[in-house]
Amino acid sequence: MPISREEIKHIANLARLQLTDEEIVKYETQLTNILDFFGQLRSVKDLNTMASSSGTIDHTLLRQDEPVESDTAQEILQNSADVDKNQFRIPPVF
Amino acid sequence: MNPFIQQSIHSLIPLLAEGKLSSVELAEAYLEQIDRFESELNTFIHIDPKMVISKARRADQERARENNTKPLRGIPIAVKDLITVKDMPCTAGSKILEGYIPPYSATVVRRLEEAGMIVIGKTNTDAFGMGSSTEFSDYGMTKNPWNLEHVPGGSSGGSAAAVAARLAPIALGTDTGGSVRQPASNCGVSGLKPSYGRVSRYGLIAFGSSLDVCGIFGRDIDDIWPIFSTIAGYDQLDMTTSKLGVPSIDQVNLDLTGLRIGISSEFFPENLQPEIKLALDELIRQLKSLGARIVEVGLAHIHLSVPVYYILAPAEASANLARFDGIRFGPRAENEKMWDVFFNTRSQKFGDEVKRRIMIGTYALSSGYYDAYYGQANKARNLIKQDFQQAFENVDIIFTPVAPTTALKIGAHHDDPLAMYLEDIMTLPPSLAGLPALSIPAGLDGQGLPIGAQLIGNVFQEDRLYQIAKVIQSVTTFHKMVPPLISSDFKGKAQK
Repeated sequence: MPISREEIKHIANLARLQLTDEEIVKYETQLTNILDFFGQLRSVKDLNTMASSSGTIDHTLLRQDEPVESDTAQEILQNSADVDKNQFRIPPVF
Repeated sequence: MNPFIQQSIHSLIPLLAEGKLSSVELAEAYLEQIDRFESELNTFIHIDPKMVISKARRADQERARENNTKPLRGIPIAVKDLITVKDMPCTAGSKILEGYIPPYSATVVRRLEEAGMIVIGKTNTDAFGMGSSTEFSDYGMTKNPWNLEHVPGGSSGGSAAAVAARLAPIALGTDTGGSVRQPASNCGVSGLKPSYGRVSRYGLIAFGSSLDVCGIFGRDIDDIWPIFSTIAGYDQLDMTTSKLGVPSIDQVNLDLTGLRIGISSEFFPENLQPEIKLALDELIRQLKSLGARIVEVGLAHIHLSVPVYYILAPAEASANLARFDGIRFGPRAENEKMWDVFFNTRSQKFGDEVKRRIMIGTYALSSGYYDAYYGQANKARNLIKQDFQQAFENVDIIFTPVAPTTALKIGAHHDDPLAMYLEDIMTLPPSLAGLPALSIPAGLDGQGLPIGAQLIGNVFQEDRLYQIAKVIQSVTTFHKMVPPLISSDFKGKAQK
């Protein structure tokens, strides 16, 4: 089933990507092929009885809440294009 | 070519300990080799020779003071640019992290530096690990030292090529769907992907968090193992690491009598390059002559690996790459509104393949499609894991090719991403199942390009991989082969 141009634009918007018209056309073809290929999963027989979770990770791992030294604010800020004292400075949202 | 760079790590360790070689001499030897070949190969994104020499000098001083503790001290290691090293630039192979200098080192790097190793440089990679050829690096591609018109493979192409070309004795990579094993195979070196949960991912720039594993390239399994045992083991900074102890190889049994080797026809498709089949058949024959038994195993759902992986990995990546928005790190697009900063930074700085995978992943996770794609892929992943669990009840190891072909020509899959994804068919299954897997050299094809064989072990059984690779590498010499570009340079100099 082909993926529509509208869907491509919607997905790009969700992913915060601004696509050019050329890119939209290119991804339309490529993603249609790729998503068609994924259709194989629909015909797998044992799938619906299978559990979803991965099951290899131990989710009961907890540790004592003990404060330790961590990165300094300075180190964390040092890679930003724009900082103001101890904050990342960004343009207005609206 | 300085003869020291011909030496494996296990030969270098006694030379350093006995004072027959200093860390500075060793570092200079590799830096000279890099100087000689780097413009042709483009294996490194970042290298700082002065810092390397100064660390080598310090290593020599420490060795003298501390009476030869730390056998790995002073040995250089190349690190894929997807793994952070404190105060050294880290790009993830992408323009979106140009200029980023991590304030912390990955746990694997910290452990190796504590053992005295010296990071010689950051190697080239497909951006964010997304690719199988290193053609998708935003910093130029790496060439295969065996043939400069062919790719080294990827995404850890820089690390694989560096070890093959003797620019470093050993290198770290990351393997999410084959990114250590496939370039190792393409470049004629050994490449280990440990079990998921065996090695900390702290400091690995995340691509697919349920799949990413830090791996190692080396000339043979005896070089890889000491690095593996140094980096492996529980890390409280990565809660997906296992508390299981790292296996020892002290008591390894090199008698393969009774070893059950699993062969699955699903891994030997019609389109497998005939020379690869021949090379693997020959290795199987050798293993049988040493007492091993071949057992056919069925892995019925392996063919689903490509759609499953190419839904799950991009889905996880779309979440992991959401943090790259120009605000906290990396270059920032100049805009008056915050949303425009996000859109423009990401659109201008992410490459083509990265955007494609983010799109696939976002689609698979989006409302209305989540169950059909992500949900189904997760269930199918469990079927694949189950196939392996059942197979390992009857075999000790599974033996497969690494890829359907040897190293492709540069530009082979330029316009066809799906064709490119299908090449991963043999490395994806153990990634999805979290199993340890090792790629070892198995010969050359008619064009002189390396062929690799993959050994897949049961979970956390890296020692089993060691056992079989050690035996193979003591009865064959494929792992000792050097690319003609490199060996002819040595012969040329030796004659002077």
